[in-house]
Amino acid sequence: MARKDPRPQVNRRKFLAGVAVAGAATAVSPSPDVANAATTATSLTGPGRAMPSAQRPSAHVAAVETATPQALPRAQTPDGSDFMVDVIKTLNIDYLPSNPASSFRGLHESLINYGKNTKPEFLTCTHEESAVAMSHGYFKVAGKPLLTLCHGTVGLQHASMAIYNAWCDRVPVIVVGGNELDAAKRPPGVPTFHSAQDINALVRDFTKWDDTPVSLQHFAQSMVRAYKIAMTPPHGPVAISLDAGLQQEPNHSNGERLYIPRYVPTSPPAGDYGAVREAARMLANAERPVIVVDRAARTPNGIKLLIELAEALQAAVVDQGGRMNFPKTHHLSRPATVIGQADVIIGMELSDYWATVNAWIDNGEHGHGLQESRIKQGTKLISISSVDLNTKANYQDFQRFQVVDVQMAADAEATLPALIEAVKAAIPASAKAAIEKRGEALRKAKVEGRERTLATAAIAWDASPISTARLTMELWAQIKDLDWSFVGSDRQMSNWASRLWPMEKHYHHLGGPGGYGVGYSLPASVGAALANRGTGRFSVSLQTDGDFMYAPGVLWTAAHHQIPLLSVMHNNRGYHQEVMHVQRLSNRRDRVASLGKTLGPIGTSIEAPDIDYAKMAASMGWWSAGPIKDPSELAPTLKRAVEVVKSGQPALVDVWTQPR
Amino acid sequence: MSGMRVKRGLAALAVGLLIGQGAALAASAEKGKAAFIKFGCWQCHGTQGQGSVVTSGGKVLAPDPMPFEAFAAFVRTTNRAMPPYREAVLSNEDLADIYAYLQSIPKPADYKTIPLLKQ
Repeated sequence: MARKDPRPQVNRRKFLAGVAVAGAATAVSPSPDVANAATTATSLTGPGRAMPSAQRPSAHVAAVETATPQALPRAQTPDGSDFMVDVIKTLNIDYLPSNPASSFRGLHESLINYGKNTKPEFLTCTHEESAVAMSHGYFKVAGKPLLTLCHGTVGLQHASMAIYNAWCDRVPVIVVGGNELDAAKRPPGVPTFHSAQDINALVRDFTKWDDTPVSLQHFAQSMVRAYKIAMTPPHGPVAISLDAGLQQEPNHSNGERLYIPRYVPTSPPAGDYGAVREAARMLANAERPVIVVDRAARTPNGIKLLIELAEALQAAVVDQGGRMNFPKTHHLSRPATVIGQADVIIGMELSDYWATVNAWIDNGEHGHGLQESRIKQGTKLISISSVDLNTKANYQDFQRFQVVDVQMAADAEATLPALIEAVKAAIPASAKAAIEKRGEALRKAKVEGRERTLATAAIAWDASPISTARLTMELWAQIKDLDWSFVGSDRQMSNWASRLWPMEKHYHHLGGPGGYGVGYSLPASVGAALANRGTGRFSVSLQTDGDFMYAPGVLWTAAHHQIPLLSVMHNNRGYHQEVMHVQRLSNRRDRVASLGKTLGPIGTSIEAPDIDYAKMAASMGWWSAGPIKDPSELAPTLKRAVEVVKSGQPALVDVWTQPR
Repeated sequence: MSGMRVKRGLAALAVGLLIGQGAALAASAEKGKAAFIKFGCWQCHGTQGQGSVVTSGGKVLAPDPMPFEAFAAFVRTTNRAMPPYREAVLSNEDLADIYAYLQSIPKPADYKTIPLLKQ
């Protein structure tokens, strides 16, 4: 690989051109100086020869060291990073959220000048974790991956938690880490500390694939291969280590014309025909079949297919919420409690089948919890999951081993057409009346369940701190007439939005981080809002305070790049999950939890002083308001915030809330 | 549960039953509100006992709390998602005050009278 000169005073392109010229000259007719030097070296290493401490420079060397250098001709070939931009542009990647770094300066310069900063457009990020999480959120709306550049190694270390979230959430992100690979040419000082033999080793346990291209042609193949692997279900992150020297290497053909492989999507794997038929037979003959889905609907068509399957069976559907799988308004959409009544369960793209059919209670004297089955004895289990094709050993993003009766290592959405056809064919004519009756019972249960939910939402309606149900419905009142997209998570707010908002479209609910790495929600919501920008959709998020504080600089990115988003804070002033963990252990050990000067056990609260999130947001270019503690102030404030976001700007409303 | 813990749990339960409804009625709702925060009840149940599907299995403590005897027995001996509060952590007086606080929480409005919930 060609390497760059570490001396900062040398113009790099002139230097490289000079190297090229000198190299050619050497090959044809070595200069007397080179020949002399070689001879001298040979003789000096001979036996019995004294080693002088220094040699007199030759006339040529002396001239190079002391004379004013002549202008060297500019290389006629473009730098390698221009070719890299050509490669990237074939992949139709819209944005490149990144934090700038010297190890990819060659590519950076080519992207914004040669590539005109379009397809992809560079988005300035203040933290690599935010950049990757933005890509994560973007994909779940747009269905397309983004490319993120990271500084190796420290930038990739920053990015690693967000890459892990993407791995667990089966989301493709393409991460390119700059690296000064050649230790002999590596600039001294900071770049040395930021280089490694194999930067991809940092993230290899939770990426689908990685590579270290050593030529421009290799880069072209690696990028297209990386994109293809990331986008083949099960989706996942990929990493490329990109040598800094390769970016600045002149684009030589070396007698072989560089080419860019054409990207052709790979068909996702569908379930085995025999297994599909067996699953269909079991479902068609079940008395109480239940469909459980987590990331089954990869695309909007996946939602339609799930409706078709559920309606054919009049089976209850439990949506675990990794994606927007099934309309919340449908009469077959039911809570997880129906699992206990099932005689056949089909799980599709579940994060964890064991935890779907088993309960774990964090109690008991031995300190490691109690296990209980959620299902009746004899319940048959079917699984369709592409994750079975891509499990790794180190990181434990799976639970206890669950025995399943029919298990297909396949993509659920790709398998659904065959399964629906097989189910329809397998339903006996004699069963149709019972199936219809089952549907009617579920419709009645749906209505009754909704009334209970609304009655529960009314409790503590006027409380301060504000109830999470009240906040959710005050927000709903302001956005219900818009083409809204919920780009945050309501998991920490008793799932009120999922329970009360009519979520039906794929962008109505995007699921969580996957790996539960805190710090995902704020940047992912900005990335999802970016994907919604220009579509006419209104992006809205419910944002927790603990997550917010990991990398709030993404607020500036949203303002700088004019990404409209309404972020409403669920500010319960603590790491609430941990509040309860410490309380639980205190009780178990018969101790009163020490609160210090806060409401939660020491070390779990975010109070004293209270963080002013509105001021933070305002300082980074957002319209903002709050903290709001009186629920009667919510409506007028949210109304103003909605108008700001509709004008194209981001807005934040800080609200002091109940814990969950 | 170990033998010692069983004995302690039963003893606590007996004390709870002995204090009974009378003690609860004599207790202070104001003190109970403070104890509800101090001992971390609010963490899972919310400051008004409204609960959460995530942290209390959807269970609502107030209004209309369960009878004191059952309440005290559950708090002292639960082996479900809620950790037990034995007397070493929560005194009988504090427990009675907390119950009084829950009793003092008024009924919410019918959701059908709340415009945002009337659907």
